[in-house]
Amino acid sequence: MKILVGYKRVVDYNVRIQVKPDGSGVVTDGVKLSANPFDDIALEEALRLREKGVADEVIVVGIGPADLTAHLRNGLAMGANRAIHVTTADAVQPLTAARVFLKLIEKEQPGLVILGKQAIDDDANQTGQMLAALWDRPQATFASQVEIADGKATVTREVDAGLEVIEAELPAVITTDLRLNEPRFIKLPDIMKAKSKPIDTIEFGSLGVEAHDHLKTTHHAAPAKRSKGVMVKDAAELVAALKQKGLL
Amino acid sequence: MSKILVIAEHLGGKLNSATARAVSAAVAVKGEAIDVLVLSDAPDAIAAEAAQIDGVSRVLTVARPENAHPLAAVLAPQIAKAAAGYSHVFVPSTTFGKDIAPRVAALLGVAQVSDVMSVEAAHTFKRPIYAGNAIITVEADAAHTVVATIRSASWPAAATGTGSAPVEALAIDVALPAHTRFIELKQGSSDRPDLQSASKVVSGGRGVGSKENFDIIFKFADRIGAAVGASRAAVDAGYVPSDLQVGQTGKIIAPELYMAIGISGAIQHLTGIKDAGTIVAINKDAEAPIFEIADFGLVGDLFKIIPELEQALG
Ligand SMILES: Cc1cc2nc3c(=O)[nH]c(=O)nc-3n(C[C@H](O)[C@H](O)[C@H](O)COP(=O)(O)OP(=O)(O)OC[C@H]3O[C@@H](n4cnc5c(N)ncnc54)[C@H](O)[C@@H]3O)c2cc1C
Ligand SMILES: Cc1cc2nc3c(=O)[nH]c(=O)nc-3n(C[C@H](O)[C@H](O)[C@H](O)COP(=O)(O)OP(=O)(O)OC[C@H]3O[C@@H](n4cnc5c(N)ncnc54)[C@H](O)[C@@H]3O)c2cc1C
Repeated sequence: MKILVGYKRVVDYNVRIQVKPDGSGVVTDGVKLSANPFDDIALEEALRLREKGVADEVIVVGIGPADLTAHLRNGLAMGANRAIHVTTADAVQPLTAARVFLKLIEKEQPGLVILGKQAIDDDANQTGQMLAALWDRPQATFASQVEIADGKATVTREVDAGLEVIEAELPAVITTDLRLNEPRFIKLPDIMKAKSKPIDTIEFGSLGVEAHDHLKTTHHAAPAKRSKGVMVKDAAELVAALKQKGLL
Repeated sequence: MSKILVIAEHLGGKLNSATARAVSAAVAVKGEAIDVLVLSDAPDAIAAEAAQIDGVSRVLTVARPENAHPLAAVLAPQIAKAAAGYSHVFVPSTTFGKDIAPRVAALLGVAQVSDVMSVEAAHTFKRPIYAGNAIITVEADAAHTVVATIRSASWPAAATGTGSAPVEALAIDVALPAHTRFIELKQGSSDRPDLQSASKVVSGGRGVGSKENFDIIFKFADRIGAAVGASRAAVDAGYVPSDLQVGQTGKIIAPELYMAIGISGAIQHLTGIKDAGTIVAINKDAEAPIFEIADFGLVGDLFKIIPELEQALG
C-alpha cells in the first residue's frame, strides 16, 4: 500500500507574526519556515505504518513555489521514499489543494492519504475533508490513534465531547491531531541519503485543475490587543478584586 | 436577498448552544430567512429547542437512522442537497462543524470561510489566521453559496424561549455511503459546567505537575462553579483528557472569567482565550508571558496560592 502525505511549508510556529502596516499581508520575508507541525505528525504516522509492514511506500507532497525543494528534502530525510512537488507561484486555497491531491491520487492509487488537520498559517482546517468529498471516500479527521487492519482504518478522533472512534474502509483520508505521535528527529546521515531520493516535479498548470478560488482576501489587520492589567500582591487582594467585578 | 441555512449541532438529543451562536451570525447577514436544519435519527426534541431561538424562520428536520451519529460522509451529501436555494450555509466552528462543513463545500464546489468572527456584509467576513495573530477580511464570490464555519467565541447565543418557528420534515433523496461507521464516543462523565459555554473557567498547565496534583484545580473550580480547562502541555503529559485543551488546536473559549494557573502563556494557548472577559494568571515566574495579557496577575506557587484563595473566599 502507498501512503500519500501532505507536507506543507509554513512560517515556523515560534515566529511572532507581524501584519504589514499597509494591511496587504503578513511579513514573511526572512522569517523561519518549517514543515507544518501537523504534517510532520502525518509523515511520522505514515513511516510507522511502513515500519509495521502495513505500507510499502510513503510519498510526501508539497504544493508551492520552486524553492520548496529543500523543504521536501527534509521529508525525504525523515524517511519518505519519494516526493512530489506541484509547482505554483500562487497561493493555493484548500479546495484547489484538494483538487491537486485528487489528481495525484488518480495517478498514484494510494490506500491512505494523511494530511494535517490544519495548516498553522491559514488555520483553514479544510483540505482533508474536501479531498475526501471529491474522492467520495471516508474521512477520519483529528486523529489521535490509527489502526489499520483488514482493509479498514479504526481511528480515534479528538472531538469536543471526548474521544470518538470510527471505522473507515480504505482507501480513506485521515487528518492528524497533535497527540497522534511524536515525530522523529532527522539525523545527519539521513540528510545525505535523502539527496539521492527522487522528487517528481509537476507543473500545476499541467494537472488541469481549476483554480477559480471564490475567496478574495482584501485586508489584513493586527488583532485587537489585550492590555496588561495589574499585579495583585496576594490571594486576598485577588479575591477582593474579582468579587468587586462581580465575577466571584 | 440572502437565505441562510444553519446546521444544528446536537448530542444526546439536546441542541448544542453553538447552534444559537451560529444563528446570531446568520442574523448579522440581514437576510430574508434563517432556517435551521436538524439531521438526526430522532430530531423532534432537538427541533423543538431550535424553534425557540429568536430569528429562526423555520426548522427543517431530516429523520434517518443513518443520522444517529454525526459522520461527515453521511451528513454532508444531505446538507449539500438541502442547501439548494440558500445563499449561505453556516455551521458552528466546533469539531462537528469543522469536520462536516468543508465536505459540504467541496460537494457544492465552493470555497469555505473558516471561523467567521464578524459579518461585514452579506459576502464579506473577518476571520483569524496564524493563530489569531492576524485578522483577514475575506470576500466571497456572490455568485456562489457561501459555506462558513462560525467561531463560537465571537458570537453571543441568540436569545431563546420567545421564538416559535414552524418545524417541517424534509425528505432528502440521496444515497448515503456505508464506508464510514461510528463505533463509540468515550465521554468524560462530568457534572461540571461545559468548557465551551461556561462563564467561568479554571485552567491548569504543566506547572500543576501531575495528574494527582490536578485535583487541586478541579477542587478549586468546583468551589467557584467553574469549568476546567488545560494547556496542551498538561494534556500531552496525561494530567487531563484531550477535550479539556484550550488554544489554537483545542477549544476557543470566551468565558467571563478565565484563570490560568501554572500556564506560561504560549501564543497557541492565548489564541484560545483572547475573547475572555477577565483573565487571571497565577504563575511562580514573574516573567511568564501570560502576565502580559492578564487583567490580574499574581506571582507565586500555585500550591500555596490556591488554598489561600479558597480561604479568602470564606
Ligand atoms: C494572504 C495569504 C497569502 C498567502 N500566500 C501564500 C503563498 O505565497 N504561498 C503559499 O504556499 N501559501 C500561501 N498562503 C497560504 C495558502 O492560502 C493556504 O495554503 C491555503 O489557503 C490552504 O490553507 P491551509 O493550508 O490552512 O489548509 P488546511 O486545510 O488547514 O491544510 C490542511 C492540510 O492540507 C495539506 N495541504 C494544504 N495545502 C498544502 C500544500 N500547499 N502543500 C502540501 N500539503 C498541503 C497539509 O497536509 C495540511 O496540513 C497564503 C494565505 C493567505 C491568507
Ligand atoms: C502546532 C502547535 C499547536 C499548539 N496548540 C496548543 C493549544 O491548542 N493549546 C495550548 O495550550 N498549547 C498549544 N501548543 C503548545 C504551546 O506552544 C505550549 O507548549 C503550551 O501551551 C505550554 O503549556 P504550559 O503553559 O502548561 O507549559 P509551560 O510553558 O511549561 O509553562 C508552565 C508554567 O508553569 C509555571 N509553574 C511551574 N510550577 C509552578 C508552581 N508550582 N506554581 C505556579 N506556577 C508554576 C512555570 O513558571 C511556567 O510558566 C501548541 C504548539 C504547537 C507547536
